[in-house]
Amino acid sequence: MTAASMSVQALVGRFATDTPFELPVIDYRLLMPILIILGAGVVSVVIEAFAPRRARRPLQLILVLGSLVAAFIAVVGLAGTQTTTAAGSIAVDGPALVMQGAILVIALLGGLLMAERMVDPSGDAFAPRASALPGSDDERQFAARGYLQTEVWPLFLFAVGGMLLFPASNDLLIMFVALEVMSLPLYLLAGLARRRRLLSQEAAMKYFLLGAFSSAFFLYGAALIYGYAGSVDLPVIAAQLSGKPSESAIVLIGLGMLLVGLLFKIGAVPFHQWTPDVYQGAPTAVTGFMAATVKIAAFGALFRVLYVAFGGMRWDWAPMMWIVAILTMLIGSIIAITQTDIKRMLAYSSIAQAGFILVGLIAASPAGLAGAMFYLIAYGFTTIGAFAVITMVRDGNGEATHLSKWAGLGKKSPLVATLFSVFMLSLAGIPLTSGFIGKFSVFTAAIEAGAGWLVIVAVVASLIAAFFYVRVIVLMFFSEPNDQTATVAIPSVFTTIALAAAATITIVLGIVPQPLIELLANADVFVR
Amino acid sequence: MNPSNYVILSAVLFTIGAVGVLVRRNAIIVFMCVELMLNAANLAFVAFARMNGNLDGQVVAFFVMVVAASEVVVGLAIIVTIFRTRRSASIDEPNLLKY
Repeated sequence: MTAASMSVQALVGRFATDTPFELPVIDYRLLMPILIILGAGVVSVVIEAFAPRRARRPLQLILVLGSLVAAFIAVVGLAGTQTTTAAGSIAVDGPALVMQGAILVIALLGGLLMAERMVDPSGDAFAPRASALPGSDDERQFAARGYLQTEVWPLFLFAVGGMLLFPASNDLLIMFVALEVMSLPLYLLAGLARRRRLLSQEAAMKYFLLGAFSSAFFLYGAALIYGYAGSVDLPVIAAQLSGKPSESAIVLIGLGMLLVGLLFKIGAVPFHQWTPDVYQGAPTAVTGFMAATVKIAAFGALFRVLYVAFGGMRWDWAPMMWIVAILTMLIGSIIAITQTDIKRMLAYSSIAQAGFILVGLIAASPAGLAGAMFYLIAYGFTTIGAFAVITMVRDGNGEATHLSKWAGLGKKSPLVATLFSVFMLSLAGIPLTSGFIGKFSVFTAAIEAGAGWLVIVAVVASLIAAFFYVRVIVLMFFSEPNDQTATVAIPSVFTTIALAAAATITIVLGIVPQPLIELLANADVFVR
Repeated sequence: MNPSNYVILSAVLFTIGAVGVLVRRNAIIVFMCVELMLNAANLAFVAFARMNGNLDGQVVAFFVMVVAASEVVVGLAIIVTIFRTRRSASIDEPNLLKY
């Protein structure tokens, strides 16, 4: 052995292992849904840079809608797969595929809402040039010339790509990267509103600073768990935890910090403060899209972390999650009652809904997971439908989000008011809507797991929540229209399709839930 | 030198960053404190990699650096927009969204 190779040996000696370096085997077929969306995102950037202005919108729309459909077909083609790939860092299993499929369909509806150009007489929902100062001459000129941007589409596709990866990530590093790939485009999308730009920019800044703060907690938690387990791989962490009988403080602190990052994304109390501000300030189409999809993706990751890596520590995290779930349900429902802005009210409603889904998490059983997935799908379609209605209810200054302007809407536009009522009843959990089946399956799973008291609190919270959902219906149908009442803009085919699909799925899942329940019952096990 | 000292240093840096986010009022400084937290996590990963005797933690640090860089791009874009609109980077001034 020469001197040089010996010194190299000394340098790497600390890390040298007996096994030679192995290239990870990546099965690209299993990653196809994620690769299609991220690839389309790259193509979308190229279109934005090189295509002539007039060709951009048709090209982008074909690309976005086509890639979402193609990725959904790829997900369906993978049905029944139960394996990991990329050296065990990405799981392709039942829950991941269900969440990916749900995210893709809801993103398709969200994409249709964002493509709408009829309801706002000045163009679409996005700023003609985001760099122009609000209220400046520049901005007025851009608006007067009718500038319309298509820059939202690459951001939209990258966000969807991150969302697909988030529930499938089987190690903490991939999970962190997916979290950021999902969040960074959303921070920007939140700030791109055409009207009320000060609110929109403020929402973007709050979302960004708080989101970055929480993901730093997630990362430091991952570092502590890596320090304990010697790996960021979730199944390896589980094996290490079961191998060492005494729990150390480093694991508990690490798990707590991981949960800060994940609970922030689902908007659980006490990490919920960003939700109302961001939901109110962001363009409504973006709010609807992210309210539905981010929650699905983040719950997927939360379930995977707690079931796969920390399933053996259930008695350590369950009490903490009880408290979080109870606070989330009660605070979300109670504060929603006091709201006067419809987008803010729906934001608090989404906080309360996150609490109900956490009840399914605490059940810590396959039935709890299946129930929560049903709830997430039901919630996603209902929410995007409700926000689709809000994009259409307008007055002279854009969307009329103050509740007083919704008084008497049922008499002026019965069809739209009826659709909104269906969504409200579903969120309240009234039978014959998807929301009822979702609540029923989550609560049943929790009772079977012995969390009866939690279900009692949840039922009380849903009674409180029913009050403010029904109040909107009463306001629309049982008061006379006055000169303040908003009008409903006639949308183009995009919003019409999205609204019709959301309403149909909300009702169909409420009347014939059996096919989806059976599908979920076959997809309720994580690969380990 | 005992690598656990580096873990303690990283915890101290993380705490300084977290406290900075909570008490400082300039958006750029708040953002710098977030970056300090991410780098504290990096230091912890590398120190734990040394203690565990594998390379995973060092690989993670590279990924985190890339993510932090892209976060800077997005974050500065948002903060500069706010600054140009309001002629101030104070995070107390944007207060239109409340209740």
